[in-house]
Amino acid sequence: MGEGKDIDLLAAAIVIGITNGAFIALIALGYTLVYGIIELINFAHGDLFMLGTFACLTTLTILGFGTEVGIAGTPWLALVIAMLVAMAFCGGLNVLAERIAYRPLRKAPRLAPLISAIGVSFIFINIGLFWQGPTPRRFPDLLPQYDFLSQFFGLHTLVRFTVKDLFVLSLAVPLMLGLAWVIQNTRMGKAMRAVAQDSEMALQMGIDVNRVIAFTFLLGGLLAGAASLMYGLYNNNTVFTLGFTAGLKAFTAAVLGGIGNVSGAALGGFVLGLLASLTVTYFGGQWENVGVFSLLVIILVFRPTGLLGQIQGDRA
Amino acid sequence: MKQANRGWWYTTTGAARERRVWGTAAVIALALAFPLINRFLGLGWEAKVIPIALFIILALGLNVVVGFAGLLDLGYAAFFAIGAYTAAFLTSPVSPFAFVREGHPVNFFVTMLISAAVAAGFGVLLGAPTLRLRGDYLAIVTLGFGEIVPLVVKNTPDITKGTQGMNPIGFPEIPGVLFAVDPVPWYYLIVTVLLISVVITSRLRTARIGRAWAAMREDEVAAASMGINLVTTKLFAFSLGASFSGFAGSIWASYLQVIAPEQFDFSVSIFVLSMIILGGLGNIGGVIAGGVLLGGVDRILFDWISGFVHGIGAAINNQDLQFMDVSRSRQLIFGVALVFMMLVRPEGLFPSARRKAELHAAEESEGVAAQERAVVVEIE
Repeated sequence: MGEGKDIDLLAAAIVIGITNGAFIALIALGYTLVYGIIELINFAHGDLFMLGTFACLTTLTILGFGTEVGIAGTPWLALVIAMLVAMAFCGGLNVLAERIAYRPLRKAPRLAPLISAIGVSFIFINIGLFWQGPTPRRFPDLLPQYDFLSQFFGLHTLVRFTVKDLFVLSLAVPLMLGLAWVIQNTRMGKAMRAVAQDSEMALQMGIDVNRVIAFTFLLGGLLAGAASLMYGLYNNNTVFTLGFTAGLKAFTAAVLGGIGNVSGAALGGFVLGLLASLTVTYFGGQWENVGVFSLLVIILVFRPTGLLGQIQGDRA
Repeated sequence: MKQANRGWWYTTTGAARERRVWGTAAVIALALAFPLINRFLGLGWEAKVIPIALFIILALGLNVVVGFAGLLDLGYAAFFAIGAYTAAFLTSPVSPFAFVREGHPVNFFVTMLISAAVAAGFGVLLGAPTLRLRGDYLAIVTLGFGEIVPLVVKNTPDITKGTQGMNPIGFPEIPGVLFAVDPVPWYYLIVTVLLISVVITSRLRTARIGRAWAAMREDEVAAASMGINLVTTKLFAFSLGASFSGFAGSIWASYLQVIAPEQFDFSVSIFVLSMIILGGLGNIGGVIAGGVLLGGVDRILFDWISGFVHGIGAAINNQDLQFMDVSRSRQLIFGVALVFMMLVRPEGLFPSARRKAELHAAEESEGVAAQERAVVVEIE
């Protein structure tokens, strides 16, 4: 009995970890895209994600689903609208922040845009505070409570694979593949890769570098917006301080995969999600962030290029 | 060029230099006379000015790391926490050490030195592996460290009493001085430590190591090829900055008499960083001015504004205004200030000549013209 339970516990932690990893990966992609192209750690990205959850919450409230708990039919249309609003909101806000706070500092010393990004992060946190107040807010529970393993397959385990998990994974994975497609196959993606490699040379080849950078911020924001709806529906709560830890986790994931490397960020997100959920399962929730940050320090010390990073002395 | 290396009081000559010396003397005299002025005018600012002075000590230490050596440290509050908890462990009746609990607390001034040493030790531990990394990675590692320390404190209540906090903490002992009841001795203690810190940091800035920091900050490759060992030079700056935070932490713990993990969160690191960026990275006078300005806004002006807003609310009978918490906009104001400073005046309000030249040189793409300007500014 004991052994079976242990395996169950492990499997449950793995499922939770993979689902959590999916939205960490989406946020991590925002970090890695921006870093890859202008070598800026976009400090405000986690807080952008937090504002995304608020945008979803406000949209759902306006549509009349703000306080629903466990209703019969899922309002798919409302969810699609909320996601599109959050994506547009985060994308737009990210582009705006880039235009105002980072673009004028393109040629300044490295620390200047980073400090500016910290400032933007503070502004975002305060917007969140004024928007939804200081206490955690309930996020409507709109997805059906259906556990495939127990209800469909009739298994008796601790492991749960619910509609929520399916929803997150079936949205996150196509988004990641879509991003990979944009980067590999579109004209803009080609321009992005060129700017990432050598922005001055790209400029000489006639690429509008500022537009490409703005587009990169837009992509990062879109993914953060999509992640925010998933996070809200999965965890059913949000708070204005959410962005700080979410951002650090995602950044750790990006570094883990090799910052600047797009598939690395996706992989890093899943690995980090697993690590976090295993820490919670075996050491208790209060050690989760300690585990994550210790991992960050350890990776940076022993393998600063990350799992899939290129070997570039200067990158680390 | 030579003159710029000899210390801030030598950078100018003649009347300008004299003004500077007198200005410094006036500031010191004002600082020493403050308790009298405070009592005479009945301002009641002791409780506000003491934290400001303490945070200026922190700013001076962080200035060594960020301003002199150019390493962005976002987890400075972690060392502050380490210093404070070291002091609590050595002097508090709730200490995890049996000999302290049984009535043999360590003398406060010894505790201060030990706190500084422990914080510096943690600085070395964290810095040795990570200072090889490029700047913005260091920022994130220190940020992570700054998160881990309060979390570990929170999660180990057997040793640190967790969120409940440690209380009471030992007072400094000077015969005939009552630290327990009177804020004035605290003020003088902290101002003395502050003055010593100013002397140490300003001497360091112009010493061999200070010039090495400046060289490294401006161009690592060039500095390394001139024979500067980058890792040890960085490590020294990092752990020295940490030690300032360490002894400041021990004073803070003893002054407040209670410490808890949430006093050392990320906003403390950012507050101190904002002070030095606002005032002028690398310039000691600027850092102090930035500290006075931000501390004054935070502790005095916000109180006035909220009193004013609440007064208006009471007068026009508006509940929202009457109970509005102005300090909720604190972060917003800091955020806007950071972005604004970076865009408009990245060198701060009172920059050092060298730092200003660096920042403006970087803005111009024509390297030669920029270098010429930098030289001109330094010779001035």
